[in-house]
Amino acid sequence: MIRVVGLRKNFGSRMVLQGVDLTVESGETMVVIGGSGCGKSTLLKCVIGLVRPNSGLIEVDGADVTRLHDEVEIADYRRKFGYCFQEGALFDSLSVWENVTFGLKYLTDVPEGRYRAIAQEKLELVGLREVEELRPAQLSGGMKKRVALARAIAAEPQYILYDEPTTGLDPIMSDIISDLILDLKEKLGVTSIAVTHDMRSAYKIGDRIAMLHDGKVLGVASPKEIKTTTNPYIRQFVEGVSQGPIQMKLRDYD
Amino acid sequence: MIQGTVGRFGNWLVELAQSMGEQALLVRSAFGWFLKGRIEWRQFLVQVVRVGVESVSLAVGCNLFTGMVLALQTGASFKNLFNEPLFTGTIVSFAMVKELGPVMTALTVSGRAGAAIAAELGTMKVTEQIDALYTLGTDPIRYLVIPRVMAFLIVLPVLTLFSDYSGVLGGCLVATFKLKVPVSVYWHDVFDHLGHQEFFHGLLKTYVFAFAIAFICCFKGLTTTGGAEGVGKSTTSAVVYSMTAVLVLDYFVTAVLVAIGLA
Repeated sequence: MIRVVGLRKNFGSRMVLQGVDLTVESGETMVVIGGSGCGKSTLLKCVIGLVRPNSGLIEVDGADVTRLHDEVEIADYRRKFGYCFQEGALFDSLSVWENVTFGLKYLTDVPEGRYRAIAQEKLELVGLREVEELRPAQLSGGMKKRVALARAIAAEPQYILYDEPTTGLDPIMSDIISDLILDLKEKLGVTSIAVTHDMRSAYKIGDRIAMLHDGKVLGVASPKEIKTTTNPYIRQFVEGVSQGPIQMKLRDYD
Repeated sequence: MIQGTVGRFGNWLVELAQSMGEQALLVRSAFGWFLKGRIEWRQFLVQVVRVGVESVSLAVGCNLFTGMVLALQTGASFKNLFNEPLFTGTIVSFAMVKELGPVMTALTVSGRAGAAIAAELGTMKVTEQIDALYTLGTDPIRYLVIPRVMAFLIVLPVLTLFSDYSGVLGGCLVATFKLKVPVSVYWHDVFDHLGHQEFFHGLLKTYVFAFAIAFICCFKGLTTTGGAEGVGKSTTSAVVYSMTAVLVLDYFVTAVLVAIGLA
Protein backbone atom coordinates (compact mmCIF):
# COMPACT_ATOMS: atom_id res chain seq x y z
CA MET A 1 0.00 0.00 0.00
CA ILE A 2 1.20 3.51 -0.78
CA ARG A 3 -0.01 6.34 1.47
CA VAL A 4 0.80 9.96 0.65
CA VAL A 5 -0.11 12.55 3.29
CA GLY A 6 0.25 16.35 3.06
CA LEU A 7 2.96 16.17 0.40
CA ARG A 8 4.46 19.54 -0.50
CA LYS A 9 7.14 20.34 -3.05
CA ASN A 10 8.27 23.61 -4.55
CA PHE A 11 10.90 24.38 -7.18
CA GLY A 12 12.19 27.83 -6.28
CA SER A 13 9.18 30.08 -5.93
CA ARG A 14 6.91 27.72 -7.87
CA MET A 15 4.72 25.61 -5.61
CA VAL A 16 4.07 22.35 -7.47
CA LEU A 17 2.58 20.10 -4.78
CA GLN A 18 0.65 21.88 -2.04
CA GLY A 19 -0.49 19.14 0.30
CA VAL A 20 -1.27 16.02 -1.73
CA ASP A 21 -3.18 13.26 0.08
CA LEU A 22 -3.56 9.95 -1.73
CA THR A 23 -3.86 6.28 -0.78
CA VAL A 24 -3.23 3.46 -3.22
CA GLU A 25 -4.42 0.08 -2.01
CA SER A 26 -2.45 -3.10 -2.67
CA GLY A 27 -3.20 -4.59 -6.06
CA GLU A 28 -5.03 -1.58 -7.45
CA THR A 29 -4.12 0.74 -10.31
CA MET A 30 -4.52 4.38 -9.34
CA VAL A 31 -4.61 6.78 -12.26
CA VAL A 32 -3.64 10.38 -11.54
CA ILE A 33 -5.03 12.86 -14.05
CA GLY A 34 -4.50 16.59 -14.31
CA GLY A 35 -3.36 19.33 -16.67
CA SER A 36 0.19 19.71 -17.95
CA GLY A 37 2.55 21.02 -15.27
CA CYS A 38 0.17 20.28 -12.39
CA GLY A 39 2.75 18.11 -10.61
CA LYS A 40 1.73 14.58 -11.66
CA SER A 41 5.26 13.51 -12.63
CA THR A 42 6.70 15.25 -9.56
CA LEU A 43 4.36 13.18 -7.40
CA LEU A 44 5.65 9.97 -9.00
CA LYS A 45 9.26 11.09 -8.60
CA CYS A 46 8.65 11.86 -4.93
CA VAL A 47 7.19 8.38 -4.44
CA ILE A 48 10.23 6.64 -5.93
CA GLY A 49 12.67 8.98 -4.15
CA LEU A 50 14.01 10.84 -7.21
CA VAL A 51 12.70 14.14 -5.85
CA ARG A 52 12.85 14.98 -2.15
CA PRO A 53 9.64 16.67 -0.97
CA ASN A 54 9.72 19.79 1.22
CA SER A 55 7.34 18.22 3.68
CA GLY A 56 4.75 15.50 4.03
CA LEU A 57 4.72 11.74 4.37
CA ILE A 58 5.08 8.97 1.80
CA GLU A 59 4.49 5.59 3.37
CA VAL A 60 5.13 2.42 1.39
CA ASP A 61 4.36 -0.84 3.17
CA GLY A 62 4.47 1.06 6.44
CA ALA A 63 7.92 2.66 5.95
CA ASP A 64 8.28 6.45 5.61
CA VAL A 65 10.21 7.09 2.43
CA THR A 66 10.93 10.73 3.21
CA ARG A 67 13.14 9.67 6.13
CA LEU A 68 15.48 7.57 3.99
CA HIS A 69 18.86 9.29 3.59
CA ASP A 70 21.44 6.54 3.24
CA GLU A 71 22.19 5.52 -0.38
CA VAL A 72 21.89 1.82 0.49
CA GLU A 73 18.49 2.33 2.19
CA ILE A 74 17.19 4.29 -0.79
CA ALA A 75 18.50 1.65 -3.23
CA ASP A 76 16.79 -1.07 -1.18
CA TYR A 77 13.57 0.91 -1.23
CA ARG A 78 13.71 1.38 -5.00
CA ARG A 79 13.97 -2.40 -5.45
CA LYS A 80 10.22 -2.52 -4.86
CA PHE A 81 9.51 -0.29 -7.86
CA GLY A 82 9.50 -0.41 -11.60
CA TYR A 83 9.36 3.00 -13.27
CA CYS A 84 8.15 3.52 -16.80
CA PHE A 85 9.36 6.90 -18.07
CA GLN A 86 7.37 9.17 -20.34
CA GLU A 87 9.80 8.93 -23.28
CA GLY A 88 11.09 5.52 -22.28
CA ALA A 89 14.49 6.82 -21.08
CA LEU A 90 16.16 3.83 -22.73
CA PHE A 91 19.96 3.87 -22.73
CA ASP A 92 21.08 4.78 -26.27
CA SER A 93 24.41 3.00 -25.95
CA LEU A 94 22.88 -0.37 -25.05
CA SER A 95 20.88 -2.87 -27.10
CA VAL A 96 17.24 -3.60 -26.31
CA TRP A 97 18.00 -6.75 -24.28
CA GLU A 98 20.75 -4.97 -22.34
CA ASN A 99 18.28 -2.19 -21.55
CA VAL A 100 15.67 -4.65 -20.33
CA THR A 101 18.09 -6.50 -18.04
CA PHE A 102 20.07 -3.46 -16.91
CA GLY A 103 18.53 -3.34 -13.44
CA LEU A 104 18.95 -7.05 -12.71
CA LYS A 105 22.63 -6.60 -11.84
CA TYR A 106 21.84 -3.98 -9.20
CA LEU A 107 18.37 -5.00 -8.02
CA THR A 108 18.56 -8.79 -7.92
CA ASP A 109 20.88 -11.75 -7.40
CA VAL A 110 19.93 -13.33 -10.73
CA PRO A 111 23.05 -14.86 -12.36
CA GLU A 112 24.24 -13.04 -15.47
CA GLY A 113 23.84 -16.19 -17.57
CA ARG A 114 20.05 -15.92 -17.25
CA TYR A 115 19.77 -12.29 -18.40
CA ARG A 116 19.23 -13.08 -22.06
CA ALA A 117 16.39 -15.53 -21.32
CA ILE A 118 14.75 -13.04 -18.92
CA ALA A 119 14.96 -10.30 -21.56
CA GLN A 120 13.26 -12.56 -24.10
CA GLU A 121 10.56 -13.54 -21.61
CA LYS A 122 9.76 -9.93 -20.62
CA LEU A 123 9.84 -8.71 -24.20
CA GLU A 124 7.38 -11.43 -25.20
CA LEU A 125 5.18 -10.36 -22.31
CA VAL A 126 4.93 -6.90 -23.87
CA GLY A 127 4.44 -8.34 -27.34
CA LEU A 128 7.90 -7.83 -28.81
CA ARG A 129 9.98 -10.46 -30.60
CA GLU A 130 13.31 -10.43 -32.43
CA VAL A 131 14.19 -6.91 -31.31
CA GLU A 132 16.77 -7.91 -28.69
CA GLU A 133 19.77 -6.83 -30.70
CA LEU A 134 18.31 -3.52 -31.92
CA ARG A 135 19.32 -0.16 -30.46
CA PRO A 136 16.65 2.22 -29.03
CA ALA A 137 17.21 4.60 -31.98
CA GLN A 138 15.97 1.85 -34.32
CA LEU A 139 12.62 1.49 -32.50
CA SER A 140 9.31 3.25 -33.09
CA GLY A 141 7.64 5.28 -30.30
CA GLY A 142 5.28 2.44 -29.38
CA MET A 143 8.10 -0.11 -29.34
CA LYS A 144 10.16 2.14 -27.08
CA LYS A 145 7.27 2.36 -24.61
CA ARG A 146 6.95 -1.42 -24.64
CA VAL A 147 10.68 -1.94 -24.11
CA ALA A 148 10.49 0.56 -21.23
CA LEU A 149 7.61 -1.50 -19.81
CA ALA A 150 9.65 -4.69 -20.17
CA ARG A 151 12.55 -2.99 -18.35
CA ALA A 152 10.24 -1.79 -15.58
CA ILE A 153 8.98 -5.33 -14.89
CA ALA A 154 12.28 -7.20 -15.44
CA ALA A 155 13.20 -7.26 -11.74
CA GLU A 156 9.63 -8.27 -10.81
CA PRO A 157 8.75 -5.24 -8.70
CA GLN A 158 5.79 -4.99 -6.31
CA TYR A 159 4.89 -1.53 -7.59
CA ILE A 160 4.95 -0.02 -11.07
CA LEU A 161 4.86 3.72 -11.68
CA TYR A 162 3.81 4.81 -15.17
CA ASP A 163 4.62 8.34 -16.29
CA GLU A 164 2.34 9.22 -19.22
CA PRO A 165 2.43 5.71 -20.71
CA THR A 166 0.39 6.58 -23.81
CA THR A 167 1.54 10.14 -24.56
CA GLY A 168 2.72 10.66 -28.12
CA LEU A 169 1.22 7.44 -29.45
CA ASP A 170 -1.54 6.99 -32.01
CA PRO A 171 -4.95 5.90 -30.61
CA ILE A 172 -4.51 2.26 -31.58
CA MET A 173 -1.05 2.01 -30.04
CA SER A 174 -2.35 3.85 -26.94
CA ASP A 175 -5.02 1.17 -26.59
CA ILE A 176 -2.45 -1.59 -27.04
CA ILE A 177 -0.33 -0.07 -24.24
CA SER A 178 -3.42 0.23 -22.02
CA ASP A 179 -4.21 -3.44 -22.65
CA LEU A 180 -0.62 -4.31 -21.78
CA ILE A 181 -0.86 -2.44 -18.47
CA LEU A 182 -4.06 -4.34 -17.64
CA ASP A 183 -2.44 -7.59 -18.70
CA LEU A 184 0.63 -6.97 -16.51
CA LYS A 185 -1.58 -6.17 -13.54
CA GLU A 186 -3.43 -9.45 -14.00
CA LYS A 187 -0.31 -11.57 -14.55
CA LEU A 188 2.01 -9.95 -12.00
CA GLY A 189 -0.53 -8.72 -9.43
CA VAL A 190 1.29 -5.42 -9.03
CA THR A 191 0.13 -2.17 -7.44
CA SER A 192 0.44 0.74 -9.85
CA ILE A 193 0.19 4.48 -10.14
CA ALA A 194 -0.23 5.82 -13.66
CA VAL A 195 -0.17 9.53 -14.41
CA THR A 196 -1.79 10.52 -17.65
CA HIS A 197 -4.07 13.01 -19.34
CA ASP A 198 -5.31 10.43 -21.82
CA MET A 199 -8.84 9.89 -20.46
CA ARG A 200 -9.57 6.88 -22.66
CA SER A 201 -6.58 5.10 -21.19
CA ALA A 202 -7.38 6.36 -17.67
CA TYR A 203 -10.90 4.86 -17.79
CA LYS A 204 -9.55 1.59 -19.11
CA ILE A 205 -6.61 0.93 -16.77
CA GLY A 206 -7.69 2.71 -13.58
CA ASP A 207 -9.41 1.02 -10.63
CA ARG A 208 -9.67 4.54 -9.24
CA ILE A 209 -8.87 7.93 -10.69
CA ALA A 210 -7.50 10.91 -8.75
CA MET A 211 -7.61 14.42 -10.18
CA LEU A 212 -4.66 16.67 -9.32
CA HIS A 213 -5.19 20.40 -9.62
CA ASP A 214 -3.34 23.36 -8.11
CA GLY A 215 -1.01 21.00 -6.28
CA LYS A 216 -3.81 19.15 -4.48
CA VAL A 217 -5.99 16.12 -5.09
CA LEU A 218 -9.46 17.43 -5.99
CA GLY A 219 -11.14 14.07 -5.71
CA VAL A 220 -10.69 10.31 -6.02
CA ALA A 221 -13.33 8.08 -7.58
CA SER A 222 -13.89 5.05 -9.75
CA PRO A 223 -13.88 5.58 -13.55
CA LYS A 224 -17.66 5.15 -13.54
CA GLU A 225 -18.10 7.88 -10.92
CA ILE A 226 -15.64 10.17 -12.66
CA LYS A 227 -17.69 9.95 -15.87
CA THR A 228 -20.77 11.24 -14.05
CA THR A 229 -19.15 13.61 -11.54
CA THR A 230 -20.67 17.02 -10.89
CA ASN A 231 -17.36 18.57 -9.75
CA PRO A 232 -16.90 21.38 -12.33
CA TYR A 233 -13.08 21.06 -12.38
CA ILE A 234 -13.12 17.31 -12.98
CA ARG A 235 -15.98 17.60 -15.47
CA GLN A 236 -14.14 20.20 -17.48
CA PHE A 237 -10.96 18.12 -17.56
CA VAL A 238 -12.51 14.76 -18.47
CA GLU A 239 -14.70 16.37 -21.13
CA GLY A 240 -11.74 18.33 -22.47
CA VAL A 241 -13.51 21.66 -22.91
CA SER A 242 -11.73 25.01 -22.89
CA GLN A 243 -14.46 26.88 -20.98
CA GLY A 244 -14.58 26.33 -17.23
CA PRO A 245 -12.84 27.02 -13.93
CA ILE A 246 -9.48 25.47 -14.89
CA GLN A 247 -9.02 27.81 -17.84
CA MET A 248 -8.97 30.86 -15.53
CA LYS A 249 -5.99 29.43 -13.67
CA LEU A 250 -4.19 28.57 -16.88
CA ARG A 251 -4.61 32.18 -17.98
CA ASP A 252 -3.02 33.28 -14.71
CA TYR A 253 0.07 31.27 -15.60
CA ASP A 254 0.20 32.77 -19.11
CA MET B 1 21.29 50.96 -12.93
CA ILE B 2 24.05 50.58 -10.29
CA GLN B 3 21.63 48.59 -8.15
CA GLY B 4 20.92 46.29 -11.11
CA THR B 5 24.62 45.75 -11.79
CA VAL B 6 25.32 45.01 -8.12
CA GLY B 7 22.34 42.66 -8.05
CA ARG B 8 23.53 40.78 -11.15
CA PHE B 9 27.05 40.54 -9.68
CA GLY B 10 25.57 39.23 -6.43
CA ASN B 11 23.53 36.62 -8.30
CA TRP B 12 26.62 35.58 -10.24
CA LEU B 13 28.57 35.16 -7.00
CA VAL B 14 25.79 33.08 -5.45
CA GLU B 15 25.57 30.89 -8.57
CA LEU B 16 29.37 30.49 -8.62
CA ALA B 17 29.43 29.45 -4.95
CA GLN B 18 26.54 27.04 -5.53
CA SER B 19 28.24 25.52 -8.57
CA MET B 20 31.54 25.09 -6.71
CA GLY B 21 29.72 23.49 -3.80
CA GLU B 22 27.94 21.08 -6.14
CA GLN B 23 31.25 20.19 -7.81
CA ALA B 24 32.83 19.54 -4.41
CA LEU B 25 29.90 17.25 -3.55
CA LEU B 26 30.35 15.41 -6.86
CA VAL B 27 34.06 14.85 -6.10
CA ARG B 28 33.23 13.68 -2.56
CA SER B 29 30.56 11.29 -3.79
CA ALA B 30 32.93 9.95 -6.47
CA PHE B 31 35.59 9.25 -3.84
CA GLY B 32 32.96 7.56 -1.70
CA TRP B 33 31.95 5.16 -4.50
CA PHE B 34 35.61 4.61 -5.45
CA LEU B 35 36.53 3.67 -1.88
CA LYS B 36 33.60 1.25 -1.73
CA GLY B 37 35.38 -0.57 -4.57
CA ARG B 38 32.29 -0.75 -6.77
CA ILE B 39 33.97 -0.14 -10.10
CA GLU B 40 32.18 -0.65 -13.42
CA TRP B 41 35.11 -2.28 -15.24
CA ARG B 42 33.29 -2.73 -18.53
CA GLN B 43 32.36 0.95 -18.63
CA PHE B 44 35.95 1.81 -17.69
CA LEU B 45 37.33 -0.16 -20.66
CA VAL B 46 34.80 1.45 -23.01
CA GLN B 47 35.92 4.88 -21.83
CA VAL B 48 39.62 3.99 -22.16
CA VAL B 49 38.95 3.24 -25.82
CA ARG B 50 36.84 6.37 -26.34
CA VAL B 51 39.10 8.79 -24.47
CA GLY B 52 42.41 7.19 -25.32
CA VAL B 53 42.53 5.10 -28.47
CA GLU B 54 40.28 7.45 -30.42
CA SER B 55 42.32 10.52 -29.34
CA VAL B 56 45.79 9.13 -30.15
CA SER B 57 45.96 10.33 -33.75
CA LEU B 58 44.70 13.82 -32.84
CA ALA B 59 47.11 14.26 -29.92
CA VAL B 60 50.07 12.86 -31.83
CA GLY B 61 49.29 14.94 -34.93
CA CYS B 62 48.89 18.19 -32.99
CA ASN B 63 52.08 17.65 -31.02
CA LEU B 64 54.05 16.64 -34.10
CA PHE B 65 53.33 20.05 -35.61
CA THR B 66 53.91 21.80 -32.27
CA GLY B 67 57.38 20.25 -32.13
CA MET B 68 57.98 21.21 -35.76
CA VAL B 69 57.03 24.85 -35.28
CA LEU B 70 59.01 25.01 -32.05
CA ALA B 71 62.13 23.76 -33.84
CA LEU B 72 61.55 26.19 -36.68
CA GLN B 73 61.11 29.19 -34.37
CA THR B 74 64.02 28.24 -32.11
CA GLY B 75 66.34 27.41 -34.99
CA ALA B 76 65.48 30.57 -36.91
CA SER B 77 65.88 32.80 -33.82
CA PHE B 78 69.16 31.22 -32.76
CA LYS B 79 70.44 31.41 -36.31
CA ASN B 80 69.77 35.16 -36.26
CA LEU B 81 71.42 35.58 -32.85
CA PHE B 82 74.34 33.13 -33.03
CA ASN B 83 74.55 32.31 -36.73
CA GLU B 84 73.87 28.66 -35.83
CA PRO B 85 70.67 26.79 -34.83
CA LEU B 86 72.20 25.81 -31.47
CA PHE B 87 70.58 23.47 -28.95
CA THR B 88 67.42 23.01 -31.04
CA GLY B 89 66.99 19.45 -29.73
CA THR B 90 67.47 20.54 -26.12
CA ILE B 91 64.94 23.34 -26.31
CA VAL B 92 62.35 21.35 -28.24
CA SER B 93 62.62 18.34 -25.89
CA PHE B 94 62.50 20.42 -22.70
CA ALA B 95 59.53 22.44 -23.94
CA MET B 96 57.65 19.38 -25.17
CA VAL B 97 58.27 17.09 -22.20
CA LYS B 98 57.83 19.62 -19.41
CA GLU B 99 55.23 21.95 -20.82
CA LEU B 100 53.78 21.71 -24.30
CA GLY B 101 53.30 17.93 -24.42
CA PRO B 102 51.15 17.75 -21.25
CA VAL B 103 49.28 21.00 -21.94
CA MET B 104 48.63 20.48 -25.66
CA THR B 105 47.52 16.88 -25.06
CA ALA B 106 45.19 17.95 -22.25
CA LEU B 107 43.71 20.69 -24.44
CA THR B 108 43.13 18.42 -27.43
CA VAL B 109 41.65 15.66 -25.25
CA SER B 110 39.36 18.10 -23.43
CA GLY B 111 38.20 19.46 -26.79
CA ARG B 112 37.52 16.01 -28.15
CA ALA B 113 36.74 13.54 -25.36
CA GLY B 114 35.66 16.15 -22.79
CA ALA B 115 33.09 17.64 -25.15
CA ALA B 116 31.83 14.15 -26.02
CA ILE B 117 31.40 13.30 -22.32
CA ALA B 118 29.52 16.52 -21.53
CA ALA B 119 27.24 16.05 -24.57
CA GLU B 120 26.56 12.38 -23.78
CA LEU B 121 25.80 12.93 -20.09
CA GLY B 122 23.82 16.09 -20.92
CA THR B 123 21.65 14.18 -23.37
CA MET B 124 21.17 11.43 -20.80
CA LYS B 125 20.10 14.06 -18.27
CA VAL B 126 17.49 15.77 -20.46
CA THR B 127 16.05 12.45 -21.69
CA GLU B 128 15.65 11.16 -18.09
CA GLN B 129 18.26 8.41 -18.59
CA ILE B 130 20.06 9.65 -15.45
CA ASP B 131 16.81 9.28 -13.45
CA ALA B 132 16.41 5.83 -15.01
CA LEU B 133 19.81 4.81 -13.59
CA TYR B 134 18.55 5.64 -10.10
CA THR B 135 15.32 3.70 -10.58
CA LEU B 136 17.30 0.69 -11.82
CA GLY B 137 19.30 0.48 -8.63
CA THR B 138 22.53 2.20 -9.51
CA ASP B 139 23.98 5.67 -9.22
CA PRO B 140 25.16 7.88 -12.11
CA ILE B 141 28.33 8.70 -10.21
CA ARG B 142 29.18 5.03 -9.88
CA TYR B 143 28.07 4.07 -13.39
CA LEU B 144 29.12 7.15 -15.39
CA VAL B 145 31.53 9.41 -13.49
CA ILE B 146 33.99 6.97 -11.87
CA PRO B 147 34.77 5.02 -15.10
CA ARG B 148 35.34 8.29 -16.98
CA VAL B 149 37.58 9.82 -14.31
CA MET B 150 39.60 6.57 -14.09
CA ALA B 151 39.90 6.41 -17.88
CA PHE B 152 41.20 9.98 -18.00
CA LEU B 153 43.71 9.28 -15.20
CA ILE B 154 45.07 6.21 -17.00
CA VAL B 155 44.93 7.47 -20.57
CA LEU B 156 46.08 11.08 -20.41
CA PRO B 157 49.62 10.31 -19.10
CA VAL B 158 50.04 7.62 -21.79
CA LEU B 159 48.79 9.97 -24.50
CA THR B 160 51.19 12.62 -23.20
CA LEU B 161 54.13 10.24 -23.58
CA PHE B 162 53.11 9.61 -27.21
CA SER B 163 52.72 13.36 -27.71
CA ASP B 164 56.11 14.12 -26.15
CA TYR B 165 57.75 11.66 -28.48
CA SER B 166 55.94 12.92 -31.57
CA GLY B 167 56.76 16.54 -30.71
CA VAL B 168 60.47 15.79 -30.31
CA LEU B 169 60.33 13.75 -33.53
CA GLY B 170 58.64 16.67 -35.34
CA GLY B 171 61.40 18.93 -34.09
CA CYS B 172 63.95 16.46 -35.43
CA LEU B 173 62.35 16.51 -38.90
CA VAL B 174 62.51 20.31 -39.12
CA ALA B 175 65.98 20.52 -37.56
CA THR B 176 67.33 17.95 -40.01
CA PHE B 177 65.64 18.87 -43.27
CA LYS B 178 65.06 22.62 -42.83
CA LEU B 179 67.77 23.82 -40.45
CA LYS B 180 70.37 21.29 -41.67
CA VAL B 181 71.26 20.18 -38.14
CA PRO B 182 72.76 16.66 -38.28
CA VAL B 183 70.43 14.02 -36.81
CA SER B 184 73.08 12.81 -34.37
CA VAL B 185 73.63 16.35 -33.07
CA TYR B 186 69.86 16.86 -32.57
CA TRP B 187 69.44 13.63 -30.56
CA HIS B 188 72.64 14.30 -28.66
CA ASP B 189 71.20 17.70 -27.66
CA VAL B 190 68.01 15.93 -26.57
CA PHE B 191 69.48 13.15 -24.46
CA ASP B 192 72.42 15.06 -23.08
CA HIS B 193 70.16 17.31 -21.01
CA LEU B 194 66.83 15.54 -20.68
CA GLY B 195 66.50 13.37 -17.56
CA HIS B 196 63.89 11.42 -15.59
CA GLN B 197 63.10 14.53 -13.59
CA GLU B 198 61.77 16.34 -16.66
CA PHE B 199 59.52 13.38 -17.51
CA PHE B 200 58.14 13.21 -13.97
CA HIS B 201 57.56 16.97 -14.04
CA GLY B 202 55.44 16.63 -17.19
CA LEU B 203 53.66 13.43 -16.14
CA LEU B 204 52.65 14.71 -12.70
CA LYS B 205 50.87 17.61 -14.39
CA THR B 206 48.85 15.27 -16.58
CA TYR B 207 47.23 13.61 -13.54
CA VAL B 208 46.02 17.00 -12.29
CA PHE B 209 44.75 17.89 -15.77
CA ALA B 210 43.01 14.52 -16.18
CA PHE B 211 41.25 14.89 -12.85
CA ALA B 212 40.11 18.45 -13.64
CA ILE B 213 38.91 17.76 -17.20
CA ALA B 214 37.01 14.60 -16.27
CA PHE B 215 35.21 16.15 -13.29
CA ILE B 216 34.36 19.43 -15.03
CA CYS B 217 32.96 17.68 -18.11
CA CYS B 218 30.99 15.13 -16.05
CA PHE B 219 29.64 17.90 -13.81
CA LYS B 220 28.57 20.05 -16.75
CA GLY B 221 26.87 17.07 -18.37
CA LEU B 222 25.05 15.96 -15.22
CA THR B 223 23.75 19.45 -14.47
CA THR B 224 22.35 20.08 -17.96
CA THR B 225 18.87 21.56 -18.16
CA GLY B 226 16.73 22.79 -21.04
CA GLY B 227 16.67 20.18 -23.80
CA ALA B 228 18.86 20.26 -26.92
CA GLU B 229 19.81 23.90 -26.38
CA GLY B 230 20.91 23.06 -22.84
CA VAL B 231 23.08 20.19 -24.09
CA GLY B 232 24.80 22.59 -26.51
CA LYS B 233 25.38 25.13 -23.75
CA SER B 234 26.74 22.62 -21.26
CA THR B 235 29.04 21.08 -23.89
CA THR B 236 30.45 24.49 -24.79
CA SER B 237 30.94 25.50 -21.17
CA ALA B 238 32.52 22.11 -20.35
CA VAL B 239 35.16 22.67 -23.03
CA VAL B 240 35.73 26.32 -22.09
CA TYR B 241 36.01 25.62 -18.35
CA SER B 242 38.18 22.53 -18.73
CA MET B 243 40.58 24.27 -21.14
CA THR B 244 40.79 27.30 -18.83
CA ALA B 245 41.35 25.00 -15.85
CA VAL B 246 44.21 23.26 -17.67
CA LEU B 247 45.97 26.56 -18.39
CA VAL B 248 45.42 28.00 -14.89
CA LEU B 249 46.33 24.77 -13.08
CA ASP B 250 49.43 24.45 -15.26
CA TYR B 251 50.91 27.56 -13.67
CA PHE B 252 50.11 26.55 -10.09
CA VAL B 253 51.27 22.93 -10.49
CA THR B 254 54.49 24.15 -12.14
CA ALA B 255 55.01 26.60 -9.26
CA VAL B 256 54.61 23.78 -6.73
CA LEU B 257 56.93 21.45 -8.66
CA VAL B 258 59.56 24.18 -8.94
CA ALA B 259 59.22 24.92 -5.22
CA ILE B 260 59.82 21.27 -4.29
CA GLY B 261 62.79 21.08 -6.63
CA LEU B 262 61.23 18.93 -9.36
CA ALA B 263 61.98 21.42 -12.13
